Amino acid sequence: MSDKALTGLRVVELAEFIAGPYCGKLLADFGAEVIKIEKPGVGDEARQRGPFPDYLPDPEKSGLFLYLNTNKLSITLNIETATGQHILKDILKTADVLIEDHPPAQMQTLGLDFESLRKVNPALIVVSITAFGQTGPYRDYKGYAINASALGGQTVCAGEMGREPLTPPLCLGHYQSGTAGATAAMGAVFAREASGKGQHVDISEAQVWATLHTGNQESSFIMHGMKRMRWGHRTPGVYPYTILPCKDGFMSMIAIQGYQWKRFLEMLGDGQVPEWYSSDPRFQDRRQISLKYADEMDGRLAPWLTAHTKQEIYKLCLEKRVPFAPVRNMAEVVNDAHLKARDYFVEVNHPLAGTFKYPGAPGRLSETPWAVDSPAPLLGQHNEEIYCKRLGYSKEKLETLRTGGVI
Amino acid sequence: MLGDLGAEVIKIETRSRIDSMRLSPDNLDKEPDRDPWFHSGVRNQMSITLDMEQPKAIPVIKNLIKTSDVVIENFSPKVMKQHDLDYQALRQTKPDIIMISLPATGHSGPLRDAQTYGPSLTGLAGVDGLVGYNGERVLGLQQAYADVNSALHGAFTVLAALYYRKRTGKGQFIEMAQLEAVVGIAGEAVMEYVMNGRVLGTMGNYYPTMCPHNNYRCAEEDKWVSIAVKTEDEWKAFCQAIGDPAWTKDERFADKYSRQRNRNELDRLITEWTSKLTYYEVTEILQKHGVAAAPCLDTEGRFFDPHLQERKTYLEVEHPTTGTDFIANSAWAMSDNQTEIRYRSPLLGEHNKHVFKELLHMTDEEIAQLEAEKVIY
Repeated sequence: MSDKALTGLRVVELAEFIAGPYCGKLLADFGAEVIKIEKPGVGDEARQRGPFPDYLPDPEKSGLFLYLNTNKLSITLNIETATGQHILKDILKTADVLIEDHPPAQMQTLGLDFESLRKVNPALIVVSITAFGQTGPYRDYKGYAINASALGGQTVCAGEMGREPLTPPLCLGHYQSGTAGATAAMGAVFAREASGKGQHVDISEAQVWATLHTGNQESSFIMHGMKRMRWGHRTPGVYPYTILPCKDGFMSMIAIQGYQWKRFLEMLGDGQVPEWYSSDPRFQDRRQISLKYADEMDGRLAPWLTAHTKQEIYKLCLEKRVPFAPVRNMAEVVNDAHLKARDYFVEVNHPLAGTFKYPGAPGRLSETPWAVDSPAPLLGQHNEEIYCKRLGYSKEKLETLRTGGVI
Repeated sequence: MLGDLGAEVIKIETRSRIDSMRLSPDNLDKEPDRDPWFHSGVRNQMSITLDMEQPKAIPVIKNLIKTSDVVIENFSPKVMKQHDLDYQALRQTKPDIIMISLPATGHSGPLRDAQTYGPSLTGLAGVDGLVGYNGERVLGLQQAYADVNSALHGAFTVLAALYYRKRTGKGQFIEMAQLEAVVGIAGEAVMEYVMNGRVLGTMGNYYPTMCPHNNYRCAEEDKWVSIAVKTEDEWKAFCQAIGDPAWTKDERFADKYSRQRNRNELDRLITEWTSKLTYYEVTEILQKHGVAAAPCLDTEGRFFDPHLQERKTYLEVEHPTTGTDFIANSAWAMSDNQTEIRYRSPLLGEHNKHVFKELLHMTDEEIAQLEAEKVIY
């Protein structure tokens, strides 16, 4: 195992499903030691989620779990018992960062809130990732990804007027809050170098949406009274900012610069802007097209678009430097020649689930490359290593804790 | 984000090719110093003007890099090399420099020169194809999700590289291809394909392990509330919260598989209840019973929401061109290092004097000369 960017950083992950584990994965894949604490017998909820090879449910073969937990160590611990809480504190004495995703009131009840933990280890950085955060009137509200994106304003940006707005698919917000957690955790690590003290990092997934993704809208609202709405397959402003059907799928078509749009029209007219466009005074201002004639323009483009495949159109766009892109499905993404040439996907061999291609590095570091050194752990795979070798528990003690339901 | 965490960030820009964030679609005045998106996103940064196309600008940029820890750039792949500012050149200038490039598709591979915008990248990465009503046409996220996602991952990797440098003294180069960072956050869809060859399409608000799971119409015009039920306990609590109407005992909704199968009918019945109430009323009733719910807030709704207000989600900041702006706070809240706006969004070239004179110790004559030659421009 080579030296990695975060080698030496010790992280404990008391979190499940996506947000906390993605935070832990970012740290682990760049070299931190991440000890994942799972519920005895059941483990992380993502183990139940799938997808499973051949659709056969098995807690050691869930695709979501396998992807999100590479390079981690798994131990089991029941933190709802007093003994479990005591053991957790033992583990945290030598940790730099704790990632947790429990309701704030529950951490309080368990005696595992930040103030209690800081007494155990004043240098500990606690990253709490929840839907609504540690403060504010909704701190005790229950929230899943759909609720966080609703409050954070992402939801109302997608879908058609008159119909229900569309929440981002596949709990995308969880990945955003996990990444915000990893970033802020590193900020706290640097702050600690100066202060010697840990601190509490509060990640509210709703806030991540409301600031990073939709926060700029508030400035427009205050400055100009503008409100972002949902407009189906397009965004108003300058035409085209739209997704339109072609022969075998959809093309994402955005041209901010006039010359980009002109290049596309020339593609359409075999080298010349088509007569129906250049001779129509209504089409000379792309803001006006967007405002009044967008449906008509969609219709005008349809015959050409639906006569060509995504690949044909994209090839032309690349040649003519038109910034349109095909809307691809995951089969096309996984088999993409570009991503293949860059060795983006990595093969990971898991002892029970088998070998599959996983998404690779989110960023490539020249000196300390991202790598999957070990696949996602089996439930409690590292109990002996951590409890006996690290904490010095005897095999007998481990056995007693196991039969007592603590481990 | 690095600026919010306390780093000193100097943004290099030029009048000869204005940063498009200064002329965003919401910039109704077309005035580069009065752009609402720029005011929100570009803060805790200083601005200096240097035109990279002028050869004399390059040594000035290199001098600045000599005093810096990190260089961030997101030009198309060839630009930095053409200007002798690629990593190989910059490590000659400053051996332990950390440089991050954020190209759209990467510095290598057949699509390296593809032109894209954030919203088309989510199409290319397989995410937009999932956004649309269940089984209907693709609508897409209609947001620059890819930009934000790679910025966030980028800030994280820079901090990781700094951590390594602290330990070893070594800098490095980071290539953050925005396309790849987006594919990574769609891991679940990737695994569906690699494990079973299953290709997901538009899925509306459907989620396999939760039902109800949707945004429901409320009493006011175009107001919606999100509701999600995962466990049997939550389902029971939900039924109780809405007054245990007879249909909740219906066989069609007896367990989560039946509810999922009959979800269109279930959603219709739930809407009968939500459409008589405001989105805050629904939220409060359900949350009292331990059921996950939250209003779908629009721009105005967020501004006035008591929770977002109490958490200081939007900060009031003075600005010379607008008087007062409301800008987004950081994505995080830290107990000991709260985000402060040390620098409000800068005017174009506002910090020229500070940076050229005080940081780089250039003389008034040198500066005047470079201004006259439109190098500082």
